[in-house]
Amino acid sequence: MSMSRLEEKAKKAADKKAALGTDIDIESYEAEAEEFGEIEALEMLPADVQTAALSAGVSLTGEAAGDYFQVDQSPVHRGSAVEGVEVMDIASALKEHSYLADYFWRLVPIDADKYTADVGMHPPAGYFIRARPGTKTIFPLKTCLFMGGKNKRQRVHNVVIAEEGSELHIITGCTTPSHAGRGLHLGVSEVYVKKGAHVTFTMVHNWGEEVEVRPRGASLVEAGGSISENYITLTPVKSLQAFPSATLAGEGAVATFSTIMYARRGKIDIGNQTILEAPKTSAESISRVVSTGGEIINRGRMVGKVPDVRAHVECTGLILTEKGRIYSIPELDGWCGGLDMSHEAAVGKISQQELEYLMARGLSPDEATSVIVRGFLDVEIKGLPPALKEEIQKITKLEEIHGGS
Amino acid sequence: MSVGKGETHALFGPNGCGKTTLLSTIAGIPRYVVESGTITFKGVDITHLSMHERARLGIGIAFQHPPTIRGLKVLDMIKLCNPQADAEKILEDLDFTEFADREVNKGFSGGEVKRSEMVQLLAQEPDFVMLDEPDSGVDLENIKVIGRAINILTQKDAKPSLRTKSGVIITHFGHILDYMATDKAHVMIEGTIVCSGSPKEILEQIKANGYEGCAACLCPV
Repeated sequence: MSMSRLEEKAKKAADKKAALGTDIDIESYEAEAEEFGEIEALEMLPADVQTAALSAGVSLTGEAAGDYFQVDQSPVHRGSAVEGVEVMDIASALKEHSYLADYFWRLVPIDADKYTADVGMHPPAGYFIRARPGTKTIFPLKTCLFMGGKNKRQRVHNVVIAEEGSELHIITGCTTPSHAGRGLHLGVSEVYVKKGAHVTFTMVHNWGEEVEVRPRGASLVEAGGSISENYITLTPVKSLQAFPSATLAGEGAVATFSTIMYARRGKIDIGNQTILEAPKTSAESISRVVSTGGEIINRGRMVGKVPDVRAHVECTGLILTEKGRIYSIPELDGWCGGLDMSHEAAVGKISQQELEYLMARGLSPDEATSVIVRGFLDVEIKGLPPALKEEIQKITKLEEIHGGS
Repeated sequence: MSVGKGETHALFGPNGCGKTTLLSTIAGIPRYVVESGTITFKGVDITHLSMHERARLGIGIAFQHPPTIRGLKVLDMIKLCNPQADAEKILEDLDFTEFADREVNKGFSGGEVKRSEMVQLLAQEPDFVMLDEPDSGVDLENIKVIGRAINILTQKDAKPSLRTKSGVIITHFGHILDYMATDKAHVMIEGTIVCSGSPKEILEQIKANGYEGCAACLCPV
């Protein structure tokens, strides 16, 4: 689609409310952002920025296949450490690669809602990552979207292309410094997984309590390819609504979603959907959510369009305090015979028997609760390189995760 | 019922007589409420202490049907029981090394559950250990290993006068008693200890005449 046609569509959708989540007054957040210059190396970032990145799972040390760091609307650092993997800021990439126009706004409609429209109506900022055919990365690509200013509106548009037979592991930490006030983060991510390629896409949200977040993500997986998407939010946000989707378009494609959520307060409406359009495709969506006062709507949706597909949804939640809400919505939508889709959902409390078992070993009720909650959130995420697995484990083991206290 | 320092007692009784209830009450599981009487441990009245306080004082229990703790590895559980424990040696002693990275009790067989309980207790090093049917559903090989663990827990390698650790064991068929030493046995019927004496003698009586024999002995017609 031409840029002018896109712009036109975006303008029409400027006031279009999103189907899900509380409505946000976008204009109450400043559109203009201060510009930040590029830095030579990530180590030159201020200490508080590094700390914020670390708490969103992005350690700036250690081995990485590449990195991308954005402060508000400015890409301040990017680079690739692997031959065959390109990491650019999206604005430069659009200028340099004319083919990118075919990928830009193809999976996420620019007029999906006012948030996508707002991203579309402003100059693009975000990352472009492409793995050339057959390129396999072992270490994760570390990316960080940092919102530094108060009352800002951060707009991000990322495009990832894993060409045939390639392998990419991306971790994106979305974060603010601990002192940041209100803010709005809008993030569009489009991920293309070509034939036989494998992508893990992990997003860690670590925002402030006054931040509103509306990510819009979609991926397309071709034959024999796989995507593993992981969404982790362990610190409070004011509101978060996301419902990324994966389309399995080629035979044997696989999608796995894992969601780990811990809400002390705020309103979270999170989930994902997979559309199984080709035979022998399979999908799994696993979510573990904990509320200690926050409201979580937890969705998992599978749409089976053809026979010979398999899908499973697991939505489990713990409410640890008197107040708090978890609304689990597993949805199965089968469009023909010969498919196999299932779900399990549970919302409840910590098992008394498990608590007593740990207390019999000398743990106080609070310690026992904390051990059980961490275990509950410790989802085995398949297909991750060990380095990334370790980083995710570190996040779920943060001291901030408590039990009912 | 009183178990002295360094002593290990066996507790027999028909199904439903209250053996597990007694052990659970001593351990302090909240749903078991003491309506009368007191529980004294090392000279301290623990009747109203919470479960973890009793554990920290030195009371340990092996559960008959422990729950699975999702996401918690056996090795991490050992460290939770006692950060100073020599986990490697304990796992080796119970032939459990290959389970170190498994989630606690997840998919464990009957014998594996029992060994997992013993591993945790060996780490915890309680002064008074309670074992609820550590030999049920366990094959001969596992019974030997578990018996060995119980002997370590109750310091059976030390001279009787030097032992400081005590224990109580519930067993249905007494198989485990072939592999461990007990000083005394009790028979419980309908919530009351009705008979106490030599473990060997009492077990023989039960084997020969069943608990009906005990009842008859108590209320001769």
